[in-house]
Amino acid sequence: MAPLPISPETGPQAVLEILYSLKVRDAMTSPVISAGPRDSIRDIQYLMRDNNITGVPIVEEGRLVGLVSMGLVIQALDSGRIEQSAGELMTRMVISLEDDMPLAFATTYFNRYSYGRFPVLNRDGVLVGIVSASDIIRAMLIAMNKEVERLEAELSAAAAAAADRPSDGRVRLLFHVTRFDFENAGKASAEFKKALKGLEIEAGTVRRAAVAAYELELNEVIHSEGGTIGLVAGEGRIEISAEDRGPGIPDVEAAMTEGFSTANEWIRSLGFGAGMGLPNAKRVSDDFHIDSGPGRGTKVGVLIKY
Amino acid sequence: MRISELASSLGLETAQGAYADREISSGYASDLLSDVMANAAADGVLVTVQAHKNAVAVASLVGLAAIVICNSRPLPEDMIEAARSEGVAVFRSAENAFEISGRLWAALRRP
Repeated sequence: MAPLPISPETGPQAVLEILYSLKVRDAMTSPVISAGPRDSIRDIQYLMRDNNITGVPIVEEGRLVGLVSMGLVIQALDSGRIEQSAGELMTRMVISLEDDMPLAFATTYFNRYSYGRFPVLNRDGVLVGIVSASDIIRAMLIAMNKEVERLEAELSAAAAAAADRPSDGRVRLLFHVTRFDFENAGKASAEFKKALKGLEIEAGTVRRAAVAAYELELNEVIHSEGGTIGLVAGEGRIEISAEDRGPGIPDVEAAMTEGFSTANEWIRSLGFGAGMGLPNAKRVSDDFHIDSGPGRGTKVGVLIKY
Repeated sequence: MRISELASSLGLETAQGAYADREISSGYASDLLSDVMANAAADGVLVTVQAHKNAVAVASLVGLAAIVICNSRPLPEDMIEAARSEGVAVFRSAENAFEISGRLWAALRRP
């Protein structure tokens, strides 16, 4: 097999990026075939047969109230209860996923519970889809193909950029940041801090740079589809630049307001999403500029003088 | 007060004890990591319920001396490992942030 056209350095990163950047809604089947609690198990058996599916969520007034699996239909057949209603026999303890969750989280549910599929709810608790293990694998494969194409383009662009970069004795660092990769969140900032200490820059200034770098790095982890964060330092100037691939900030002015946040509950539960990120980064900067809008990436540049 | 005196002084359980012992400057109680990043002082003690790796990353960036996890929150192994490699002391208590902060405040002001 021909080797993939990705460098050994970025290869594993690419696979990680796929896992973290895909959401449950990217893999789920939607609209989902569902039934009501008054439908009989027989009706549901026909629904499964006609649609070639193995699990049917039971919905009442838009709310998920239970689930009937193929196994339950067989049990009902076996015990002569096939004409009873779904409401009587369905599994009521249904584990569901949120459409906003990264696929990386969803895969842990498949490991933790022995179910073949999970209903998917949106933020308002409305059933919006259903996801099986094979849905996840299919979504991963499609994304992997796209990622290979993107990496090819990125690598040739990087090679072109490296070719005409002057060496001027300044420290330059560049890190890739992956969406929802909270495992590695803060690593780029830690490396920046080390590099700045190496330049013997005074501790207060290093702290300001660390604050800006950390906030911009975490913003990419929490809100972007992935991006890069770079440092250029030396000769009295620390420049930190964050660039991501989207989705862009619809209202930059609101995003710059302390307390404004679009982060969801599970991100807030980790202690993020307090709406302090961009204001913090701006406060520690001598010069701060941001360029963003829906449908394009966000670019943030921070300058700290010393 | 030094880091090594924290556990006995505040009645804490030591969860990660590999650190360079030094004088504690102050304390900061918060569960918002951006808030900690912006406002906690170097060599301070962070009192929080955020028992995960990202709290260690922030502590290390700010140069905090120690993290005290309150309400007996379970400590993930990867958090302890991260703290060990960064040399950040981690303690745990059954008490809440208010109680621990009160004790810490009093202890830091004792001559």
